[in-house]
Formats: sequence, C-alpha cells, structure tokens
Amino acid sequence: MKNPTTVERKSERELVVTRTFHGPAHIVFEAWTKPELLKRWWAPKSFGISFISCEADVRTGGTYRFVFSHAASEQPMAFFGRYIEVTPHSRIVWTNEESADGAVSTVTFEEKGDKTLLVLHELYPSKQALDDAIASGSTSGAGEQFEQLDTLLVTLVRS
Amino acid sequence: MKVAGPMQLALDLPLHAADPCYILNPMVQFQRAHLDASFAALSDATRRGILERLGRADASITDLAEKFHMTLTGMKKHVGVLEQAGLVTTEKVGRVRTCKLGLRRLEEEAAWIERYRQLWDARFDELDKIVESLKREERVDGRKKRK
Repeated sequence: MKNPTTVERKSERELVVTRTFHGPAHIVFEAWTKPELLKRWWAPKSFGISFISCEADVRTGGTYRFVFSHAASEQPMAFFGRYIEVTPHSRIVWTNEESADGAVSTVTFEEKGDKTLLVLHELYPSKQALDDAIASGSTSGAGEQFEQLDTLLVTLVRS
Repeated sequence: MKVAGPMQLALDLPLHAADPCYILNPMVQFQRAHLDASFAALSDATRRGILERLGRADASITDLAEKFHMTLTGMKKHVGVLEQAGLVTTEKVGRVRTCKLGLRRLEEEAAWIERYRQLWDARFDELDKIVESLKREERVDGRKKRK
C-alpha cells in the first residue's frame, strides 16, 4: 500500500516533506547516496524530466551536480551544491547553490520497526527567498518582477 | 466572463502537468506571459483608475461602470483583463459581482505547495520500488550466507 507524502510550510523560511517507507533506514539511505540508485527515482517520468548526468559524492564535504532535460525547456537544468553533513543511515545535509537564495536541505531517516520515517526539511535564507521561490514557480508569479509590480501597484493606488 | 489568456490556460492544466521546471528550479525561469499580461493591463488609463478605486474599497461591476460612465459590458471587459493579469479578483454573491484588489498570493502558495508535494510523491513512488528490490536482494544474500 502506498504511503502518503505531506508537504507543509512550517514557518516563513521552512518547508517540510514527510513520507514513510516499508524498509529499514540503511536501505533508504543507500537509495539516496548511490548515484546509480538516485538516478532511478529523483527524476520522475511523470514530470517529464530525465537525467542527463548525475554526479554525487555523498560524504561530508563532497559535492553533487545533477543535470536534467525537460520536455518544456530547451535548456538543460543544472542543480548543484555541497554535502555539509553525511551521517550513515540517519542524516544528510546539503546546500542548493544554483541560486544565491537556495535552501539548505536536511533529510533524516528514522527507523520504526520495519519502517522508516523520512523527513526532508528545507531551510531558506530568508522569508523573501522562499516567497520568491514560490512566486516564480507559480502559474502567475514572477519573483522579483512581481515585487516590482507590487510596488508599482501601491504607487498607483496612492497616487 | 472568461477570456482565454496565458494565465487562464496555465490554471486550467491539471496540477501535475503545470510546469515542473518552475518547481524544480524556480529561479531559472519565470513566466513572461503573465508579466506581459500585467503590464498590458496597466497600460490603460481606465484600468489604472479601476485599480486606484479598488485600492480604496471593494466595488461591484455596476458601481464601477457608473463611476467610470461606462456600460456594464465595457466594464466587465476591463475587469476581465485585470483579473486575467491577477491584479483583481472577483467574487459573485447572488447577482452581484464584487471586485477586489489582489494578487492571489495565498492561492498561488497553496497551488505551488501541492505541485511540490506531487513532485516528491512521484519521486517517493519510484523510491518505494528501489527499497523493495534492495530488500529482496538482502534476503537472497542473507540466505546465501547462511548456507
């Protein structure tokens, strides 16, 4: 049976994703840390994305670089950063450096009987950074451009 | 009234089909079409006047039409353009359509979070399969070791 995935904006700067897996923590950890396994699940087919390359040196101080192609975009998309902390079977912390306002992501694996609870926590540098990420990813938003439009509107309304 | 514009088209898509690249890497690309719609909406003096008016108080289409000495149809068109651009939201209660100033921030956030959830959910469905196959491998290895 499929377990539910939840996402919550925990605070102005944080997003939290949770999911339970039917398997021990060391197996879930292995699937996150071996590039050949990571490649098989990180770019879901249903989202129209696929890996062009997947480099991941998953140890404290190591780096990663994922390059994807996407049906709706001519340019490949690159994601990269550093692993700040890798604690076998329980915790991985990494940076997202493709943007200056990228989050620091922490995933923890907590074994409960024959299951593992996964919690992915993403901490953005500021409220603005998360708001911008949401605005620019929304159907009608455009991040910084929208901020300017907001300002313009306020000016218009007051004039 | 429904005018087909880029934003309306985007909203009509099922959530999972809406631009995964924006969710994956929001800073890389943004939707120009919407911005164009916003500035096009603001290029008209009457529409700027409507925004100014709504900045002071919500108003019905009828109020606005009277205020700007326009026909209802004409005012509906202007409000439609502003609505498409996300600058105004309207709500119909009974026979009265009330217009408000608004950028739909909360709705956008909820929609973004849902698409983000769907992305992780799709990833985790694939991860389930890998966990299953690794578990099987371990069981086979375990049996081999005992022999």
